[in-house]
Amino acid sequence: MKRKPVRLMLIATAIILLIFLLMQPLSVYHFQNYISVLFPKGMIGIEQRNLLLIIQAIMLLIVIPVYILTFIFSWRYRAQNTKATYDPDLVDHKIAEVIWWGLPLVLTIVVSVLTWVKTYQLDPYKPIESKNKTLNIQVVALQWKWLFIYPEEQVASINFLQIPTDTPVHFEITADAPMNSFWIPHLGGQIYAMPNMKTELHLIANEGGDFRGSSANISGEGFASMHFICRASSEQEYKNWLAEVKKSSNNLNFKAYNQLAKPSTNEVALYKLEDKNLFDQIMMKYMHPQKGE
Amino acid sequence: MFGRLSLDILKHNPMQDMAVVGMVLSGLGLIALITYLQRWKWLWNEWITTVDHKKIGIMYIVTVLLMFFKGFTDALMIRVQQALAVGDSHGILTAGHFQEVFSAHGTTMIFFVGMGMIFGFWNLIIPLQIGARDVAYPFLNAVSFWLFAGSGLLMYASLALGHFSEAGWLAYPPLSGIEYSPNEGVDYWIWIVQIAGIGSTLGAINFLVTVLKMRCEGMKFMKMPIFVWSSLCSMILIIFAFPILTATLVMLTLDRYMEMHFFTAGGGGNPMMYVNLIWAWGHPEVYILVLPAFGIFSEIVPTFSEKRLFGYMSMVWALIMIAFLSFIVWLHHFFTMGASPGVNAFFGVSTMLIAIPTGVKIFNWLFTKFRGRVHFESPMLWFFAFLLNFTIAGMTGVLLSSPPVDFQVHNSLFLIAHFHGMVIGGVLFGFFAGFTYWFPKFTGFFLSEKLNRYAFWCWFTGFLIAFMPLYMLGFMGATRRLDHYEEATGWHPLFLVVAVGAVVIVIGGAIQFLGLFWSIIDRKNNLDHTRGDPWNARTLEWSIPSPPPIYNFAILPVVDQIDPLWAIKRGVAPPQHKKYEDIHLPVNTGIGFYIGMLSMLFGFGMVWYMYWLSIASFVGILACLIVRLSSKEKHMIITAAEVKATEEALRRPV
Amino acid sequence: MKPLVVHHTDTLEAHPDIHLPDTHQDTFSKAVLGFWFYLLTDCLLFATLFVTFVVLHSSTFGGPSAQELFTLPLPFAETMFLLFSTVTCGFALLEAVKGRKNSAVAWLAVTFLLGIGFIILEINEFNEFIQEGNSWKRSAFLSSFFALVGTHGAHVSAGLIWMAVMAAQVYHFGITVDTFRRLVIFSLFWHFLDLVWIFIFTFVYLIGVLS
Repeated sequence: MKRKPVRLMLIATAIILLIFLLMQPLSVYHFQNYISVLFPKGMIGIEQRNLLLIIQAIMLLIVIPVYILTFIFSWRYRAQNTKATYDPDLVDHKIAEVIWWGLPLVLTIVVSVLTWVKTYQLDPYKPIESKNKTLNIQVVALQWKWLFIYPEEQVASINFLQIPTDTPVHFEITADAPMNSFWIPHLGGQIYAMPNMKTELHLIANEGGDFRGSSANISGEGFASMHFICRASSEQEYKNWLAEVKKSSNNLNFKAYNQLAKPSTNEVALYKLEDKNLFDQIMMKYMHPQKGE
Repeated sequence: MFGRLSLDILKHNPMQDMAVVGMVLSGLGLIALITYLQRWKWLWNEWITTVDHKKIGIMYIVTVLLMFFKGFTDALMIRVQQALAVGDSHGILTAGHFQEVFSAHGTTMIFFVGMGMIFGFWNLIIPLQIGARDVAYPFLNAVSFWLFAGSGLLMYASLALGHFSEAGWLAYPPLSGIEYSPNEGVDYWIWIVQIAGIGSTLGAINFLVTVLKMRCEGMKFMKMPIFVWSSLCSMILIIFAFPILTATLVMLTLDRYMEMHFFTAGGGGNPMMYVNLIWAWGHPEVYILVLPAFGIFSEIVPTFSEKRLFGYMSMVWALIMIAFLSFIVWLHHFFTMGASPGVNAFFGVSTMLIAIPTGVKIFNWLFTKFRGRVHFESPMLWFFAFLLNFTIAGMTGVLLSSPPVDFQVHNSLFLIAHFHGMVIGGVLFGFFAGFTYWFPKFTGFFLSEKLNRYAFWCWFTGFLIAFMPLYMLGFMGATRRLDHYEEATGWHPLFLVVAVGAVVIVIGGAIQFLGLFWSIIDRKNNLDHTRGDPWNARTLEWSIPSPPPIYNFAILPVVDQIDPLWAIKRGVAPPQHKKYEDIHLPVNTGIGFYIGMLSMLFGFGMVWYMYWLSIASFVGILACLIVRLSSKEKHMIITAAEVKATEEALRRPV
Repeated sequence: MKPLVVHHTDTLEAHPDIHLPDTHQDTFSKAVLGFWFYLLTDCLLFATLFVTFVVLHSSTFGGPSAQELFTLPLPFAETMFLLFSTVTCGFALLEAVKGRKNSAVAWLAVTFLLGIGFIILEINEFNEFIQEGNSWKRSAFLSSFFALVGTHGAHVSAGLIWMAVMAAQVYHFGITVDTFRRLVIFSLFWHFLDLVWIFIFTFVYLIGVLS
């Protein structure tokens, strides 16, 4: 760049960056109804979002100086600027090194401690304390739909589940399919759904609404269809829904399940649960050689 | 006889058919051109059988460009599909095809563009920077390249014949097992990666011994250029990490071919084991890719700041720390797999620790510019783009390293935005910087500065448009690898925006591509009139003519400090040897090429269950090795008189 | 510029570690160093298979466990075969250092026979398991066993081929700079395989039977 003004380049890049910076709050504002991770409706999601924002803020303490220095040094020490000091032997500076080894180290320690504490607090396997009794739902990832089993209520459903608000939900999750990931971003983080394995997730909805859930790990050609709705409603509406489902003419037993488990993408369906131990039977499939194997 | 080959393998959708036709026509066109110019013998003698590291380096770069074209096209298709496939529309690709496309995209970019660029630069630069005439094992060098090229051909074959894997660039089981992916796709992926991986491992051993054993007189470890240090750390990572990949691929192969149960859902198999193993390789792999890019910047920033790199020791220790730490962070790729909080937290903290030495490097580069004289030619522009784009991604990396946060963004487009920021902002911009920096060294003329500037603007802006919205999409619950989504998600507008970003990047890429051809055509107007040192640089490769003679250094240099060429220019270099001596160099051989092609045939045979082909190829490879390793070593000698004459012809008296 | 093509002369310098200002420098030490690095990668390959075996060794899926399947006499015999072959390999190298080509080839032949013996025993063991219905398809444990031990067996087989080639080279060309260097590297490989076997014997068979 012999004659081209460096200034123009620096100003242009700075403006472009600032535009993108400005787009952040603007787009958050514009899309706010859709940004489930930043505007969650459940306590777990809220805690996770807050941690994200805190860490982000701490990181900015390092990142903003980096950008400022980048622009200042590029401008001040450009070759055409004969006024700036030129010190070709300045290759070491103990204080500077101490600062940029030390300050990031301190900040990392802060973030690490915070992370350590929060990781234990927000362990998906950790029950949520509440005056309300925990609801148990068993989840089976299939190709390519989600099966929700309510063992105590003796109902089951495909691609839809309803829960009462302010009630801790304890999910037990497995798969009869390749690895999937069970995720309802409005309520909290995900956990993998794996065959021959049982994972657990605790979530709670503190507001009512329809929350989109999906699989977050590719499991075959129909994977994009694995989205479902989790509806959080009042206790009464939830009980009404249960009653509705129990009137369903569809029965889910192990035999019907085997039909269901075949690869397909499905619409919402509701079942009476005939087999209380269906979840365990599904997990057993992988533990021992099946009859006829 | 033909295994599971059938005419079905040629059946694709119309778009893919067009691509295949285009590929075949280009290939035929190339063959016609070479025949017309009567250059077959030249091609064989000068390039295919070469063991000269400089030519091998150029061949790597050419292969990288070919593979980059494919991977880039894949990226564009992904963006177009996701911009269109909302609501009732299902876009331009079926779900299966889309999954092939993103699997191919990742595989191509990591194993061919990333690893290829590294080996290309190592071949071109390392012997020159350490004052050596060759690498430790020139024949093995050729073998490594041809394994790489053979694997690349297999990748292109998967486009034309049959299907590629639909299981992503890392092919997690059970999805990638024989039960859920019975067709040839995952097998293609396995053999492509396996063959390329073996080439990489052999190459790393080669360059490691080169750096350890062949540095010129006086170049102790703490006097090596930082590019050599970065590369050294990367090589050590390859040696420790790639065998894990090799073994894991073997186990997946055994699952698929011999009904074993390493990673199957039933039979006692453990898919989580695969995830652990593949990331135990996979995490070091990303540092393998980025460390040499950091090394390239460490060469460019001092040269274009007319100042020595700030904090050399700090930089070295930062590299060593990054290399070491990269082995204890792998679990952060699957925090969501259900490990206990203690385990998750440990890996979260170890991941955050890596941010420290990386940050240190950035500060050291910045303070190299401090009180320097900074020039903004192309290489420095790419460094600037790196600083601006990579830093964002580094920051989001720390966010991802906290398990509770990761639970909400894992496998979402937030993750995609992060790692593309790292590989594009870091690795790719490093590649562009190195390419524009060292191009005059190996050709004797410059790339067009103006066109490169336009490319810079396209990439810098296009990258922001194509990837910043992805962070937001991740927050909106958008998972990666979706071929379709509902209108109600609200994602559509942002997918349109990022598609525009991809187009801007394509324009940048097209400018670079055409710029390369234009520069070659226009080279007489862009000649390097200095004596091989157009940038007023500081390291040994700039002390020899451009392009370098086959023996690199007429007389091996003697050094005693960092930046030895700078020392010579300031008149403080140690006394050099003055006498010309006979130079021994290895002789060309076609065996590397044969081994590469036979490996490709071996892989092809395995993919299609044509075991006779695989067995025959394997025997062929064995035969090649036995013949080569039983023969007496031949050398060619360039006499002292010839060296003297060559040097004088290049107008560089002692 | 017409470069000359020159054949290397045969000299009998056992450890040429001379410093010449050309690409010949340190050929011997470069080759050996490089091969140590290769052995490191092979070591890590085996380590990965070992780790997998450890994780999967109790996943018997209703089939036999290590304790039920393995007996000690056979692996012990295999160990003896390999151990002795390592010794004879060492003897072959000592003869090579002394320049005694025929003795070197003879000891290589003994090593070869012992190696073949090892392979025969191993194939027999595998065959027995397969006939009983305990092939690699039966369970994750058996898969990991066959893969680990089989990979070692494949390495030994490759080593046998290499050994044969080396014996032919030494017989044909005598002990030269090149053949000596290659013999040293080959013996490193052979000893390495024995070392890996010790680990297999201990962690797969011994601990399997005793647990």
